[in-house]
Amino acid sequence: MKLIIATIKPFKLEEVREALTTVGVRGMMVSEIKGFGSQSGHTEIYRGAEYAVNFVPKVKLEIVVQASMAEQVVSTIASTAKTDKIGDGKIFVLDVESALRVRTGETNDDAL
Amino acid sequence: MKLTKYLSVGAALTLLPTFALAQDAAPGFDEIGPYIMTTLLFLVGGFLVFWMAAGFAMLEAGLVRSKNVAMQLTKNIALFSIAAIMYWLVGFNLMYPGDFNGYFAPNFVPTVLEPVGLGAADAALDYASVASDFFFQLMFVAATASIVSGVLAERIKLWPFLIFVIVLTGFMYPITGSWQWGGGWLSEMGFSDFAGSTIVHSVGGWAALAGAIILGPRLGKYKDGKVNPMPGSNLALATLGTFILWLGWFGFNGGSQLAAGTVGDITDVGRIFANTNMAASAGAVAALILTQILYKKVDLTMVLNGCLAGLVSITAEPLAPSLFGALVTGAIGGVIVVLTVPMLDKLKIDDVVGAIPVHLFAGIWGTLAVAFYTGNWGAQITGIIAYGVFTFVVALVVWTILKGIMGIRVTEESEINGLDVTELGMEAYPDFSKG
Repeated sequence: MKLIIATIKPFKLEEVREALTTVGVRGMMVSEIKGFGSQSGHTEIYRGAEYAVNFVPKVKLEIVVQASMAEQVVSTIASTAKTDKIGDGKIFVLDVESALRVRTGETNDDAL
Repeated sequence: MKLTKYLSVGAALTLLPTFALAQDAAPGFDEIGPYIMTTLLFLVGGFLVFWMAAGFAMLEAGLVRSKNVAMQLTKNIALFSIAAIMYWLVGFNLMYPGDFNGYFAPNFVPTVLEPVGLGAADAALDYASVASDFFFQLMFVAATASIVSGVLAERIKLWPFLIFVIVLTGFMYPITGSWQWGGGWLSEMGFSDFAGSTIVHSVGGWAALAGAIILGPRLGKYKDGKVNPMPGSNLALATLGTFILWLGWFGFNGGSQLAAGTVGDITDVGRIFANTNMAASAGAVAALILTQILYKKVDLTMVLNGCLAGLVSITAEPLAPSLFGALVTGAIGGVIVVLTVPMLDKLKIDDVVGAIPVHLFAGIWGTLAVAFYTGNWGAQITGIIAYGVFTFVVALVVWTILKGIMGIRVTEESEINGLDVTELGMEAYPDFSKG
């Protein structure tokens, strides 16, 4: 099993979810986050004083899938979330040791 | 507000026998109509100005950070209520002592209303009921105190602030108010301030400026030579508050005609409403355009301040100008705000809601502008200086004493965690922080 962590632009969330559902992803975790990468921050003016906005809002997806599906999930996210502008996000893939479905006690691939 | 001269209860009683002789026929509407109309003007004007307390509360709630909103609301309802009690206890009779042209009125006595079911023969038919006059005037002193609360938000302790409000509303404001509206030395000199650009707004601004200097800026506001903005929690509330103030201002300026019983007077009230509205619009548009030019983006908080500055500017003379004159007066008020908000930051004077530019600086401008209509520059400048020196110096002394006796600033930890949790133990928006 693989854990795929992806950060994407918030407005892309719905589009990415649809695309992932189409390729067979049956669940994901979503959180609203702030961070900085190469997009870095920008400056704003409030009542005549300039200030730096150092963290940019993003959405973080966490998806656990069978190892065989991981590559397809990564490429689906990448192609859907891409805008060709700075700040499109990053995708990480990690190994997952075990999984358990709380209701039934099923484990690993059966629990996904 | 024009000089008020109503018959005191005592004077009315001495006239009683004369009236009684001629009382066989009930008085016609020609006799009592003006009294009824003016009293009605005070009541309508009074509840409009009362509603400005809601406007100040919403404006300030929106411009402070969410961790201080409940405290700001507490201060607003407390200061209004204290002002109302102090104005009954000493303020009203101190400010309007009747025949008086001195510097300090000696009347430290509570207000007494007319008896229930007053007969026409006993009423001050050339003016309005004492109760309506008292009700109307006390709303103005509350506005003065609201100005102070906005400037000192997010760092001042509740009780020292409220003690200052007692001194301001019970003594400082009525004493200086009597110089002009009570028939004192400034009114003898020809100073003119129709509804209180100086007497109400600048006085609040001066008291707040003294407080801001003694209290110091919020933690982290000025760091390493840079200004660190602290955006407000809710611009929808701030905008609602501004619209409420705008509405209330029709009563503030219109009611200050102090008469509605003739064609001339009621027409003047209409003229004042229209001019007041024009000045507010011009102040907002001026700030809208100026922030776009200066910062490449419109700053809503500045537009709100610009609108209020337009209102403050026209308050000293809302009757004489044409609509175009009101537009110019208000627009200059809006420009003053946009230019002076960053100036205060340069001086490291932390004014959370922009009340010093709005009420003090635009108030000075509005009071000066009266001279374009009266020609009496000397009286206008004397008035501005007199109100400024008295209020600023007395406020500095009072703030310094309060600081020495009980401390006026919350602890560093309280300020960081927010006054809502540390001082009140409740939050304005608990769902957001704990949800």
